[in-house]
Amino acid sequence: MTAYRVEVRVMPRAALLDPQGQAVEHALHALGFKDVTRVRVGKHLVLDLEAPSGDAAAAQARVMCDRLLANPVTEDFEVAVRTG
Amino acid sequence: MRRVAVVVFPGSNCDADTLAAARAVGSEAYAVWHRETDLKQADIVVLPGGFSYGDYLRSGAIARFSPVMAAVGAHARAGGAVLGICNGFQTLCEAGLLPGALMRNARLRFLSRPVWVRVEAVDTPFTSLYERGEVLEIPIAHGDGRFVADPRTAAELEAQDQVVWRYVRDNPNGSTNDIAGICNAGRNVVGIMPHPERRNALVLGGDDGARVFQSMEAGNATQHAVDVRAVGDHHLRV
Repeated sequence: MTAYRVEVRVMPRAALLDPQGQAVEHALHALGFKDVTRVRVGKHLVLDLEAPSGDAAAAQARVMCDRLLANPVTEDFEVAVRTG
Repeated sequence: MRRVAVVVFPGSNCDADTLAAARAVGSEAYAVWHRETDLKQADIVVLPGGFSYGDYLRSGAIARFSPVMAAVGAHARAGGAVLGICNGFQTLCEAGLLPGALMRNARLRFLSRPVWVRVEAVDTPFTSLYERGEVLEIPIAHGDGRFVADPRTAAELEAQDQVVWRYVRDNPNGSTNDIAGICNAGRNVVGIMPHPERRNALVLGGDDGARVFQSMEAGNATQHAVDVRAVGDHHLRV
């Protein structure tokens, strides 16, 4: 077993209204960052776990996303593995 | 007298009001702590409002894995009546007992104020004493109240009359099709964002919510699975 660090990115579905992203976008415009055309706000989770391989760590993290970390109705996720 | 289990999660804060509203219509209502695995032969289960687990991760996302939720799922699958109010509605969606999900209000603000909803379906255990089309004044108190569903699910909800309450006059949170509450295909599991337990007596400013509890106690809605209450402590699964 090896220690891995898995980073999970959970983002609101592109088709859904993301009011938090819109509010941040408006604030950036107010600060003068006029070139920003879209902002979306998601979550970044960092997991430390033991697994026999990087692929196994990623597979475990995907199961965690399916069951708890992301809601399939409203969110998409991506998993990236790093050796700890 | 119907036995009503009100589930209490860490962070529930409408459990006492919900117990009081159920007792006011003559139900035998009692609290069930989320660590318990037995609903004590409940006829009806209510998941109350609040902020279970501080709304961490997503509203209701952690509560749905509480030990008691296995029993709630079994009760629901056996045709037993389940009502989720506000955080309870969010938890039922997270648990997959109701379709869709509840997201941050479109204008981000936490809203605590009266809203108006139209009763769209009266063939549920919680709306049988209302008239279809009645408009009720009931308060909301939520930050994550925007009901969303993919277009196919939303169309199914409409086609199968699963929208139970719809916001009228204004939609406070930007929900799909102005949805304020829905039921499952079996019509025994119902979720509502507004708080009927906060409008069950004139002294509270109105009693438009009282018939949710009276309907539940009367138990004369069209039940798809009759009384499947069971053998020992176990429900029969359909």
